[in-house]
Amino acid sequence: MKASLPVLALGLLLPVVGLAGEYNLSVDRVQIDTGDFVKEGIGYNGASPGPVLRFKEGEEVSINVTNNLNEMTSIHWHGMILPFTQDGVPGISFPGIKPGETFTYKFPITQSGTFWYHSHAGFQEPDGAYGAIVIEPEGREPFRYDRDYVVQLTDKHPHSGDRIMRNLKIMPDYYNREQQTVGDFFSEASKNGLMATVKDRMAWGDMRMMKADVEDLQGFTGLMNGKGPNQNWTGIFEPGERIRLRFINSSAMTYFDIRIPGLEMTVVQADGNNVQPVTVDEFRIGVAETYDVIVRPKEEQAYTIFAESMGRSGYARGTLAPEAGMVAAVPELREAARLTMADMGGMEGMDHSSMSGMEGMSGMDHSGMKGMEGMDHSKMAGMDHSGMEGMDHSAMGQGSMASAGGASDPFYAAGSGLVPTAANGGKFLSYADLRAQKPLYDEREPTREIELKLTGNMERYTWSINGVKYEDADPIRLQYGERVRFKFVNTTMMTHPMHLHGMWSILDVGAGQLNPIKHTVSVQPGTTVYMETEVDAPGQWAFHCHLSYHAAAGMFRKIIVEGGPESTQAASDDQSGDVGGDA
Amino acid sequence: MKLWTPLIAGTVLGLSVIPTLAFAQERMRDTTERKAPLKVWGAQFEELEYRYSDNDEEIGVWDADFFYGTDNFKARLLTSGEYSFEEQAYETLENQLVGQIPISDFFDAKAGIRFDTPEGPDRTYAVLGVAGLAPQWVEIDANFYVSKDGDTSAALDAEYELLFTNYWILTATLDATVAFSEDREIGVGTGLVSTETGLRLSYDLIDRAFSPYVGVVHERKYGNTADFARADGGGTESWFAVVGARLTF
Repeated sequence: MKASLPVLALGLLLPVVGLAGEYNLSVDRVQIDTGDFVKEGIGYNGASPGPVLRFKEGEEVSINVTNNLNEMTSIHWHGMILPFTQDGVPGISFPGIKPGETFTYKFPITQSGTFWYHSHAGFQEPDGAYGAIVIEPEGREPFRYDRDYVVQLTDKHPHSGDRIMRNLKIMPDYYNREQQTVGDFFSEASKNGLMATVKDRMAWGDMRMMKADVEDLQGFTGLMNGKGPNQNWTGIFEPGERIRLRFINSSAMTYFDIRIPGLEMTVVQADGNNVQPVTVDEFRIGVAETYDVIVRPKEEQAYTIFAESMGRSGYARGTLAPEAGMVAAVPELREAARLTMADMGGMEGMDHSSMSGMEGMSGMDHSGMKGMEGMDHSKMAGMDHSGMEGMDHSAMGQGSMASAGGASDPFYAAGSGLVPTAANGGKFLSYADLRAQKPLYDEREPTREIELKLTGNMERYTWSINGVKYEDADPIRLQYGERVRFKFVNTTMMTHPMHLHGMWSILDVGAGQLNPIKHTVSVQPGTTVYMETEVDAPGQWAFHCHLSYHAAAGMFRKIIVEGGPESTQAASDDQSGDVGGDA
Repeated sequence: MKLWTPLIAGTVLGLSVIPTLAFAQERMRDTTERKAPLKVWGAQFEELEYRYSDNDEEIGVWDADFFYGTDNFKARLLTSGEYSFEEQAYETLENQLVGQIPISDFFDAKAGIRFDTPEGPDRTYAVLGVAGLAPQWVEIDANFYVSKDGDTSAALDAEYELLFTNYWILTATLDATVAFSEDREIGVGTGLVSTETGLRLSYDLIDRAFSPYVGVVHERKYGNTADFARADGGGTESWFAVVGARLTF
């Protein structure tokens, strides 16, 4: 009885003081065993991936990070809204954590959902320095579940990040083993005719572009929570339970198409922000994105979680089962994805007359189309928009055209070879399906638009923004309090997951106030994508393509937010309360 | 004079404030490696092979390339040679040191020096060249040479890879040399000097780091150069069977 008194007193005090949690992470050299190979890498608290950090909204966390490496390190809290000095980007937020040093991150948790953390120094993240963050909300969640699992994916490669970067610079197709061969030529020739095939090869050869240029980095083993396909990570359930799966793509370079044969998935959260539930058979997770889905297996059987890479060169696999040791069939990889001329849509000087793979688009006026910008949708009458219900075309800034018959997604170039389709023929999630559950900000007109062309040269393996690499670039300056509309124009043939630190990326899917709130926005080849940002976080922030080797090759910017409260270090307590978070 | 004093004082004061201002706006300058140009090195043996000719000549051949630098500038050491096991002598031995800068999306310009130190007279040349990827995936390396004595020549190397599979690769090469002036001492006549045509079938055994191959190579001398070779008691044409490996580090 007596003991309960201090407890009661403490309980009364807590709401006043607020929650405070202390966490310890050490950055260590670790062994990573994928089942296919064992390599030395970097991890946290002796393992890769690191521990799942579980925070509570409203908590004031302090995280002691001890660097046991012989090189500088850092941790970036991906998707977290926090003072910029705590954001963990060496050279932008702080000087980094030196070998042997302990750095204490301190920031308030103003949001909830699924996020992740990773090193932002060198290639430590691809080398294994990543982990998951799960934040419990203060209030009730708008969906129910009986248990939840983090499902964190990565593309573990036998080579170190440094070596991969160097190999890509020496030979950009070093890891590409899905290139078209003589055999492909003859099988295509017998299908499409010899002349058509020769013409097709000539058109691509003339551009010095490869249809097979979907994944720069092949030869990886897909890991699910650190386990390779044969090690089979397994989540246990009881039939009838609702299971929340928190998918996080911590890959260096790989997009995954995720499905659980036999189960529908209800997407309830994207990038840590709740979305209106949408039930799908399969979804594509970009590098650095997160999606939370709820599944309800009713049968007493095992289900395979199958995460197939976008280019079909590899996969991660795990299992949901009522008992450990139960397994279900593992699907075959589908045929390698091939780019089409539509994916080259952003390239200037393109000859649209020789566009193959755009069947079904006759009647469209390609003249005057350059990089899909300035397209007049009114001219597109007579096109088949079926399958795109509920889309607001007037608000879509891009060439959202459905090719009759073929798969379509307004966030891919029409006729793109990358448009995903569900393996079972069912529903594949599109960005266009995402609606915020609750808007974070009041709807208002953006104060200005900033156009960012995503640029690069595959043969030189240079990647840049507006043709300028980070090393040569001035920072992008934003004013505190403005709402900036970013226009991404992808002029390359690769997909770029663009990640803005410190402030939310409100992806324009044409839903106005209900546009989804993300931290990472995928921009497909040959498309233009818009996002808006409420500039509500003073300081300086990183903004980059989250493909590790693209960022390192120059597709990176520093953003400086000018003006605003000089909060950050000294006054973080006063300001942090209203810098975003779940409204 | 008096008018200037407050101005100077103001300037000095103002200047001293600038660093603080700059710091306030850009709180920290990025001096990490990320902000510096990416430095890359590479070492590649395009050819490292044993050749056996149709008249029983045995030679060892290499053609290698070492570089260090950034996207904007690379220093490159190119070395190639042919060693005759029978004569225990270098039939050819060529080393080039060039600087390389990008001039278009797919091509680089090179400039530097070439030293030839085979058995026989040595030569030093100034080199000016372009290298890159031509349409239809043809790798081109074209060079113009001026010797110390003013003799000029040009060489064109072209390479094309045919993928039987993603591991079995047939590489076709054509090297051709043209001389604009005669250099009798080293057996070079004006006009088309020589060609070397090769076909090599390789297999990528360890990534792209180690790719053993077998192939055939045809060498031929032309015009005055051929006449000189005959006059010196040599042949003008050879076929070789080759076995070797392509190495990338």
